[in-house]
Amino acid sequence: MRLDWDPVRQRHVLLGPEGVLLLNRTGAAIVDLCDGRQTTAEIVERLRGTYDHVDVDQVRGFLTRLIARGWLEVGDE
Amino acid sequence: MNRPLGMLAELTYACPLHCPYCSNPLNLADYREELSTADWRRVLTEARALGVLQLHLSGGEPLQRRDLVEIVACAHHLGLYTNLITSAVGLSPSRARQLKDAGLDHVQISFQADDQALADGIAGARAHQRKLAAARLVRELGWPLTLNVVLHRHNLDRLDRVLDLAERLEADRIELANTQYYGWALRNRGALLPTREQLDRAEEIVRAARRRLKGRMEIVYVLPDYYGPYPKPCMGGWGRQQLTVAPNGDVLPCPAAHVLGLPRASVRERSLAWIWQDSPAFQRFRGTGWMPEPCRSCPRREIDFGGCRCQAFQLTGDAARTDPVCHLSPDHWRVAQVLRAVNREAEPVTLASLVPRTRAGGRPPARSADLSEPAGSHPPGR
Repeated sequence: MRLDWDPVRQRHVLLGPEGVLLLNRTGAAIVDLCDGRQTTAEIVERLRGTYDHVDVDQVRGFLTRLIARGWLEVGDE
Repeated sequence: MNRPLGMLAELTYACPLHCPYCSNPLNLADYREELSTADWRRVLTEARALGVLQLHLSGGEPLQRRDLVEIVACAHHLGLYTNLITSAVGLSPSRARQLKDAGLDHVQISFQADDQALADGIAGARAHQRKLAAARLVRELGWPLTLNVVLHRHNLDRLDRVLDLAERLEADRIELANTQYYGWALRNRGALLPTREQLDRAEEIVRAARRRLKGRMEIVYVLPDYYGPYPKPCMGGWGRQQLTVAPNGDVLPCPAAHVLGLPRASVRERSLAWIWQDSPAFQRFRGTGWMPEPCRSCPRREIDFGGCRCQAFQLTGDAARTDPVCHLSPDHWRVAQVLRAVNREAEPVTLASLVPRTRAGGRPPARSADLSEPAGSHPPGR
């Protein structure tokens, strides 16, 4: 799984064996914070440092969808 | 118009295996004039500029290309996500290390069955042990491992043991894909199609395995479309997300589309961008304007895109008809007839009745049942 910038489409993309996920800016910011160590709460906290309105449920929903589709794994720690 | 996300690069149709469900063309000898390394470099560069992000390196057996490492390195340098789809025959430790260093992202190894004798019997080659060694090698080098197993009447009843094998090999993913009936598989359809009873059992096994392996191994299970109520959204729509480049440089909206006899579009003569945007082949079934009824007024027309053009052609002789696997298709009786025959057969079908893939085009079918297709359908190369 790889987070990358696509200069052709001018947007972030998540690349994996499953296929390609085109991300918007906030989606890319969330994925970028997923390092296997931070909790969802910590990710939300970090996002609040950059964005005015961060909806916890939206972030949780986004991460849950990515996990369900095999794009992300929950870390051990 | 969408930009393509993925490209299937069929580097060569040469293959050490002889699987009777191979999706390669029957006229393999016509594809010996393969693109050069320099050609592939140019094609990959053009593909990236066009928007391709994911590159599937396939064949035939892509490891048969001596320049595979160079091709992978070029793709990696361009920022493409590279996926090697291989039989693993030829994946030596040194070659694997070179591919890893060149930036190969993912390896997908085909298995024919869990059992060596059966697997080698289906492949027509002693390959199973080598696949096991290669799968371990893939794990050792830190690649994610996907196994893919083409399912049919002769291995479907062993699905639980196939899943055990994947678990023992610590695969991250397993793709269990029921045979799609193109190329050699269409020729062998009568002897490959499973019965409804076999499929019901298989689905139960997949459900249980998904529960048991949740979070450890992802299981992708592809139903045979002959048994489904709706057709598959072939390639996510014609000329919409994916393209295929054949070993000789022909560019196709899907790997089976060579049967349709569309105007040829080759990277030897044209840019990939022109072929994607303007070629008659890619425009022919793009969007929904070409659709006949019942697709044209169907609420699912942008879900399954009328199904598969190649299947429509192979089963009705007209690529612009609704895919006959759809229960709403006026040609659905052709599929129903095939399924009735498969589910009625009293005597067991043996492996020996399958025509193995060969370069010469294969010997004639051993069973006349293989020829019992409805009128108007002429599989390629017959």
